[in-house]
Amino acid sequence: MTNTWQDIKNADVVLVMGGNAAEAHPCGFKWVIEAKIHNHAKLVVVDPRFTRTASVADYYVPIRPGTDIAFLSGAMRYLLEKDAIQHDYVRTYTNAALIVKEGFGFDEGLFSGYSAEKKDYDRSSWDYELGDDGFAKADPSFQHPRCVLNLLKQHVSRYTPEVVERICGTPRDKFLMVCDLFASTAAPDKALTSLFALGWTQHSVGSQNIRSMAMVQLLLGNIGVAGGGMNALRGHSNIQGLTDVGLLSNAMPGYLTLPKDSEPRFADYMKTRQFKPLRAGEVSYWQNYRKFFVSLQKSVYGAAATADNDWAYDWLPKLDVPNYDILRAFEMMNSGQINGYICQGFNPLQAFPNKQKIRTALGKLKWLAVMDPLETETACFWQNHGAKNPSDPSKIQTEVFMLPTTSFAEEDGSLTNSARWVQWHWKAADAPGEARSDIAIMAGLFRRIQAMYRKDGGAFPDPILNLSWDYLDDAHPTPEELAKEINGRTLTDWKDAAGATVLKAGQLLDGFAQLRDDGTTTSGCWIYTGVWTERGNIMGRRDAFDPRDQGLAPNWAFAWPANRRVLYNRASADLEGKPWNPNKPLIAWNGTKWEGIDVPDFVPTSDPKAGVGPFIMQAEGVARLFARDQMREGPFPEHYEPLESPVLNLLHPTVSSNPMARVFDFDRAQFGKVADFPYVGTTYRLTEHFHYWTKHGLMNAILQPEEFAEVGEALAKEKGIGQGDWIKLSSKRGEVICKAYVTKRLKPMMVDGKPCHVIGLPLHWGFTGAALKGFGANTLTPFVGDANTETPEFKAFLVNVEKAPGPVA
Amino acid sequence: MTDLQSLDITRRSATTGTPPDIRHQPAVAKLIDVSRCIGCKACQSACMEWNDLRPEMETFEGSYDNPSDLNPAAWTVMRFTEWENEAGNLEWLIRKDGCMHCSDPGCLKACPSPGAIVQYANGIVDFISENCIGCGYCVKGCPFNIPRISQEDHRAYKCTLCSDRVSVGLEPACVKTCPTGAILFGAKEDMTAWAQERIVDLKERGFANAGLYDPPEVGGTHVMYVLHHADRPSLYAGLPDKPRIDPLVWLWKGMFKPIALAGLGFAAIAGFVHWVVAGPNEVQPEDEVHGREILDHKDEK
Amino acid sequence: MSQPGTISRYTTAQRINHWITAGCFILLALSGMSLFHPSLFFLTDLFGGGPYTRAIHPWFGVVLLVSFAILFVRFFHHNLWNRDDTAWIGKIDKVISNHEEDVPDVGRYNAGQKLVFWSMTLLILVLFVTGIVIWDQYFFGFTSIEVKRVAIAIHSLAAVAIIAVFIAHVYAGIWIRGTMGGMLHGSVTPGWAFRHHRKWLRDLARGR
Repeated sequence: MTNTWQDIKNADVVLVMGGNAAEAHPCGFKWVIEAKIHNHAKLVVVDPRFTRTASVADYYVPIRPGTDIAFLSGAMRYLLEKDAIQHDYVRTYTNAALIVKEGFGFDEGLFSGYSAEKKDYDRSSWDYELGDDGFAKADPSFQHPRCVLNLLKQHVSRYTPEVVERICGTPRDKFLMVCDLFASTAAPDKALTSLFALGWTQHSVGSQNIRSMAMVQLLLGNIGVAGGGMNALRGHSNIQGLTDVGLLSNAMPGYLTLPKDSEPRFADYMKTRQFKPLRAGEVSYWQNYRKFFVSLQKSVYGAAATADNDWAYDWLPKLDVPNYDILRAFEMMNSGQINGYICQGFNPLQAFPNKQKIRTALGKLKWLAVMDPLETETACFWQNHGAKNPSDPSKIQTEVFMLPTTSFAEEDGSLTNSARWVQWHWKAADAPGEARSDIAIMAGLFRRIQAMYRKDGGAFPDPILNLSWDYLDDAHPTPEELAKEINGRTLTDWKDAAGATVLKAGQLLDGFAQLRDDGTTTSGCWIYTGVWTERGNIMGRRDAFDPRDQGLAPNWAFAWPANRRVLYNRASADLEGKPWNPNKPLIAWNGTKWEGIDVPDFVPTSDPKAGVGPFIMQAEGVARLFARDQMREGPFPEHYEPLESPVLNLLHPTVSSNPMARVFDFDRAQFGKVADFPYVGTTYRLTEHFHYWTKHGLMNAILQPEEFAEVGEALAKEKGIGQGDWIKLSSKRGEVICKAYVTKRLKPMMVDGKPCHVIGLPLHWGFTGAALKGFGANTLTPFVGDANTETPEFKAFLVNVEKAPGPVA
Repeated sequence: MTDLQSLDITRRSATTGTPPDIRHQPAVAKLIDVSRCIGCKACQSACMEWNDLRPEMETFEGSYDNPSDLNPAAWTVMRFTEWENEAGNLEWLIRKDGCMHCSDPGCLKACPSPGAIVQYANGIVDFISENCIGCGYCVKGCPFNIPRISQEDHRAYKCTLCSDRVSVGLEPACVKTCPTGAILFGAKEDMTAWAQERIVDLKERGFANAGLYDPPEVGGTHVMYVLHHADRPSLYAGLPDKPRIDPLVWLWKGMFKPIALAGLGFAAIAGFVHWVVAGPNEVQPEDEVHGREILDHKDEK
Repeated sequence: MSQPGTISRYTTAQRINHWITAGCFILLALSGMSLFHPSLFFLTDLFGGGPYTRAIHPWFGVVLLVSFAILFVRFFHHNLWNRDDTAWIGKIDKVISNHEEDVPDVGRYNAGQKLVFWSMTLLILVLFVTGIVIWDQYFFGFTSIEVKRVAIAIHSLAAVAIIAVFIAHVYAGIWIRGTMGGMLHGSVTPGWAFRHHRKWLRDLARGR
């Protein structure tokens, strides 16, 4: 989230699209209700299904799964055509005025630079035209035909309301009504908040879905302001923390990235990361990359990381492929390239697409170690549970180790919520049986592996032997020790400008501004610097004081970065530093510095007259309507059909789906055809359950006991399916036999003149736990990843449905 | 076991005499704002959790209603109704069902067991299990079809409005847990006033018939609803449009009882008076003679 | 003629049958009344408290129904209504004032007794059927609450009625001296028969 949960109450319009906030985030959803009740906000839900969120919405608007970009591009077209944008904001806070290189183009579904042979883009043309000074050229008068705004206008011009209706199946009047609501927040003192979640991410165009909305928000001037923003409601209490500390195969903590094969030297690595400003006077904060990186290496390797060995750069793995995401990992397991798997806090047999492929892949492993508080389906993948898990144990040689772990309630630690609040929590109960904390298990593994390397040597022991392991009890590092390590320390006495010692060597740092690239500071995750300082555990703060009652609560826990509650808050003030919305100011220029109720996301003493852009992380200082080369499938979002779609792309049938989507050949062969699987399937969560673990709780099982699928009344009638009947759902990848929920909440949409039926599949049931056994929706879903994040396309695929004679064992 | 003091009991089932009336407590109410409810069932889990209830796990039967109905261990359930309004737009009406805590409780009226159902001065209607005999009369007395008799222990159960929590100044568990603030608790007066604000908001949003459900037919209730369509409560999974204690209950529990008792007493007294006035009908010696004669001459005729 | 000088009116089996029915009736009345009005709730103590009273009351009813059914089979043909009964009813004031000499001769049962018999039969049926409807322990799911409300109202009305009939029946047994003996030890005197059931006596004398 750019903003906070509580800040939602400041919105004038709440858009829930690409998510189902009431269902998946009932507690946070209270702030939507607050916005409705106390700010007279309008709530709009755009969703294929009439959801629990829709049940309390002012407007519900249907949309075919996987067509959000068409909808939002249509909205952009509308806003630009009606001139319902916040002009000053767009001109000065976005790259609308910057001029794009000659050679950039878009034709028949492909941007310039595509090579059909490599199935990849050369993205060099997706950039600004640079002047002789090395800075990007701009035309604030928007006269230049290749300025971003004009290119954008041209790009979205195809998305007329008619085209939107034909692609999305959204009735035109409802689409236009949403556009009008968007437009109402172009006023400087009005804000729209966008609440989304996996309904946008779990597509082959997931990242571009979100970009589309971010662009809408930029046109409306709704980023950085109270009640605005792009607010990703994270699906797990600590999934924000997971990405923050870099638990992705191509990431390092604090959104630093792992080196590639092509970057054998530290200097090569730094060249593409320490972005120089693209416009005069801009901050381009990533110029500090080296400080964050060196401090991280000092934290990981301690004294062994020196200037002489390039801060142990050689000990980092270098990626030979863009990343080893989970889709790739299972593809490699399935093809015999990975044969051991430590599965920590994850249940891929339920959570990842194409269950049969996952099950087969697990069966090819030599060993599988599962660390989890619960006996998961993954840990039991080898068991036979009839059609619901048709494994044959006699044919599986995988040795499975189950290492019971503590759950979050059985340990101290921190959780980072969607609003980037790093909150400390305290253990509530002892763990049962032989369960150990994940830290203790990892420490045990590390010490044994290190001992083996020490004893036996190995091809490359240095990264393991030199790892810094500086804890009171080697076998049991404490959460407190780790938190302090993540925060970082100074290794020398730290003096302020006047020469006074602020921190002594070894003391904890106050913030990332203190980090240096000379090896005198450490930090395990630069954006988390400040979580545990010499003042104590900042994450443990529980002071709900809220200045102006605007939902910031600055003394509650810690929000990264720098305890900032609203990202890009400089953009909440106009060119002179006055808040766009005087009733809900965040920060303002007082003549000498920026001040307000939030920590300025800006240089605190930077006079607005200097014209420095508010988006200081960007080299150009402004937000990007044109993404340059940062997105794999194009600098502007373009509507691509899901890999399995009932129709071809109306705009460019020859390039129907995202050309950059992650698809392996094995899986391409497992795509179904519309003739065999005529309906659109989509998966989702229900409030009563959290993914695959609450079904182990009797109370949750009581509240939603049995697997079912939602089928619209019209389709049910056509297929002779009655309420609660047994049905068989099938895709090219498998079958699910479950009960039917025949509902008015799913209506066929008219897509290019033909009805499109959507079938909804809640995803919770498996073969372990207290609830009744089920197949799991991932039996049906395709093994397709988003082009940028490799997130699987769970939200749009093809299925068939027919009445089933009865349950199966 | 009563959760409040006997002093607080203003009505007691099957009990004659005048209840204590010296203490005046403000009436409380739970306000369920249906327009804010997202049907998350947190109230159901909170109810199970606080009251240590675990109803039997059922199966999926074509709606999100689970458990499918109130039962002895499910004192509140969400009822989901898909309804297409006149404009052709779908509304998903979600209502938390449970005891309404009537000011004039039909269950208490019907209950034959002294002290099995009580009403406290604050309006809460509570079942006192130790006095419950499991006859099920409360089920027949209730205008809202709420109480359920356990087939295990043969006692009646329903929402207590967390009288145990309320007695120590806490709000009911469902209120505490409701994530969207759709369930509120406080003085009935305050709840009614707050409901009016909500109704104004709903009317502004196009629900012309928004209103408060506090049916006067049962003297008002201590659980009230804000409804978008207060003109048609029955849209909400059959919430009674005009709930009332059935006249048959009045027939059987009202004046009929003393009249019937008096009638039976009168019959007994009539017999006694007849005995005194007319006396017993004794067989006379001549009857014996005649009788014997008939028997002895049985061969005649 | 069990004893010299007396007439047998009821066999042992008939008497046992009657008294089982009567006993059940009294138990039903006591347990039913205890739940009928707060002032009588103390009667539940006779049955081990409220829950036991609630549980056992319908079982008394079942026993009574079976017992009464047998009784009915035994006696219904004696209780068929005829013209004499109508005439007898017309002279009910004479009966009440102990002037039976002015009343038509009566067979085995007089019209009053027949009325008791048939009202008992009818009311027991009504009570049994309505009782089943409200016997929630076994039959809750079979009827709606609306039906149960009707049933419970009818059940209580019928109960009051049957108790009134019962009072009349018992009082008649006390009032008409010698009657009780008939049901206690089975025999009545010829004088009793002559005075109250002269036709029956004559029929007996004729060996019919």
